[in-house]
Amino acid sequence: MSDQAVDYHPMWDELGLDLPTHDALLEAVGQLFGDAYLTQENRPTGMDYLNFVMSEVHGLRIKELDDFRKSGGKVFGTFCLYVPEEIIRAAGAWSVGLCAGAEFAYDEVEQIMPRNTCALIKSFMGFKLAKVCPYIESSDLVIGETTCDGKKKAYELLGEIHDTWVMELPQMKRPEDIAMWKAEVRELVKKAEEITGNTITEDSLRAAIKEVNDKRRALQRIAAASAADPAPISGKDRLLATQVAFYDDVPRFTQMMNTLADELEARVAAGEGVAPRGAKRVLVTGTPMALPNWKIHDIIEKAGAVVVGEEMCTGSRYYQDLVPEDGSTLDEMIDAVAEKYLDINCACFTPNKGRIDDVIRMAKDLGADGVIDLSLQFCGLYEMESHGVEEAVRAAGLPVLKITTDYSMEDVGQLSTRVEAFLEML
Amino acid sequence: MRVLGLDIGSRSIDAVWLDGDRIVDWAVADSGHDPGSASAAFVERKAHDVIIATGYGRHVAKERFGCAAVTEITAYGLGSAALFPEAASVLDIGGQDTKVISLGQAGRVVDFEMNDKCAAGTGKFLEVMARALGFSLEDMAEKAREARAGIAISSMCTVFAESEVTGLVHRGEDRARIARGLHEAIAKRTLGSLKRVNARGPLVFAGGVAKNPAMVDLISSGFVGEVLVPDEAQIVGAYGAALSAARE
Repeated sequence: MSDQAVDYHPMWDELGLDLPTHDALLEAVGQLFGDAYLTQENRPTGMDYLNFVMSEVHGLRIKELDDFRKSGGKVFGTFCLYVPEEIIRAAGAWSVGLCAGAEFAYDEVEQIMPRNTCALIKSFMGFKLAKVCPYIESSDLVIGETTCDGKKKAYELLGEIHDTWVMELPQMKRPEDIAMWKAEVRELVKKAEEITGNTITEDSLRAAIKEVNDKRRALQRIAAASAADPAPISGKDRLLATQVAFYDDVPRFTQMMNTLADELEARVAAGEGVAPRGAKRVLVTGTPMALPNWKIHDIIEKAGAVVVGEEMCTGSRYYQDLVPEDGSTLDEMIDAVAEKYLDINCACFTPNKGRIDDVIRMAKDLGADGVIDLSLQFCGLYEMESHGVEEAVRAAGLPVLKITTDYSMEDVGQLSTRVEAFLEML
Repeated sequence: MRVLGLDIGSRSIDAVWLDGDRIVDWAVADSGHDPGSASAAFVERKAHDVIIATGYGRHVAKERFGCAAVTEITAYGLGSAALFPEAASVLDIGGQDTKVISLGQAGRVVDFEMNDKCAAGTGKFLEVMARALGFSLEDMAEKAREARAGIAISSMCTVFAESEVTGLVHRGEDRARIARGLHEAIAKRTLGSLKRVNARGPLVFAGGVAKNPAMVDLISSGFVGEVLVPDEAQIVGAYGAALSAARE
């Protein structure tokens, strides 16, 4: 963000970014990060790595992608958990998440999309139209999925200006749906092979499964340590780790997160934490929070509570399940990958009782005093599921606060009052 | 212990001085353009051991006076339950927001709802409408109470409703009936919020807008259960904040 030793402008220019707008974006994100993150106390020293990643999120990491592509490598941009990173890596390509966590160029977006579109979709389209996301500009192919009507249609619009490939996700989890999804994953295998010119082999897929599982295991350790009171890490920091997991180099990130997890486990053993023992503990569930959306975590933690878990795509849904590593043939391994991904409990499925079970189990395991159910406005799926979540959480004896919001800051005052009142209620 | 409870709202600053749990004094001032000085004047007015702030300006007060703060939700719950031990729910319509609270034992908040981003149906809304109708706030409430039937107002957005009211006035509609229509629209919206938090009676109706007799009539006739209005509806938040200090 600031104090860069290297001037990345020539690289950004080469990628086709709009330089003045991009500079303004980096400054805004830097300020947001400073306010939300660098004001925290007792942070684990392992977070220094993520601070560094954030300071170079459009710099050094993009340089790595650039070098990789110049040496013949391919980069796939993805927008959703359902796109299997294992397949992409097995083809020798890299997978990166796309920018979608800040309000940007909505005026341009609203020329081609309804205003009443969720912030996540408007944001990714805004970043693309304003040419300020180096990740999408570094992507040889964007892989979309049909997880909601808004995204489905947005990929048609995106497809007009960027190479885009869409995977069809079923809406139910019956045997015929699983069969359909397995076929869809096989289509991705072909597509990845076509784009990279590499063949996915038993060995390459086995290695990719292991690598991505290792990344998830590291995040699982961080999540497990968060069950301790006092919490050894803030919710904001844990959220950042999950967000960065979508962008960073896999083996390096895994190693750094294991180092962080070692530190957290030592903190737990020593009874050290980021908030005093007995601080109110909140589980957050709902729509994903793409980087740099830290709004709700920031409000909750500035009010004195600690977020102990995220039942969301930028949270447990990303890392709680692993792909079985015992497949011996390529077919078995592809099936195992497909099955694992279909186990994710997204609101795009009907029924989706698994999500509610996850919320209740996590609330219990993490010692949450209350649950905050968060929906992005106009995300019909999560807004509709909110009632069922509320009923189930109350039935489990915990208070719940429902919040519907977007990326704007205009409701922060009201939300703070609601969150503080909720914490006073616990 | 002598406690000063300050409710720093968008339209008024309310203060309650407690000695133990007895109210020794109270006061209300306009927030005006310098709410900081207005609250400082209250702080200097009487000796106290502890200050506790609530309302929109609670965080500013926290910094300024180094005091504790509590949200309006908790404060109104405690204040209402202290005034009316039988209270099961609270409605507070203030200058810029509306809160509905469902109460458990001893004023404990069980559930609550607040309006989100805009001031639809709040004191500010009524002020704007009174101006559009050419009434004082008091006159508007009186006319609304006396009017035989309200003219339906379809918009609850302050800006749109103002245009709608202006249009009706230009068409020569009876201003008293427009005023009643506005009050009916707010009551309908408010009763909907009460339903969403399963508010049961008796309901304490507090906040500045509870001084409006037309609103009290409409809420009382629309709510299933008894509606109780404190004599000094505006100071319930400051009172509750002061009481919360004792609870700490």
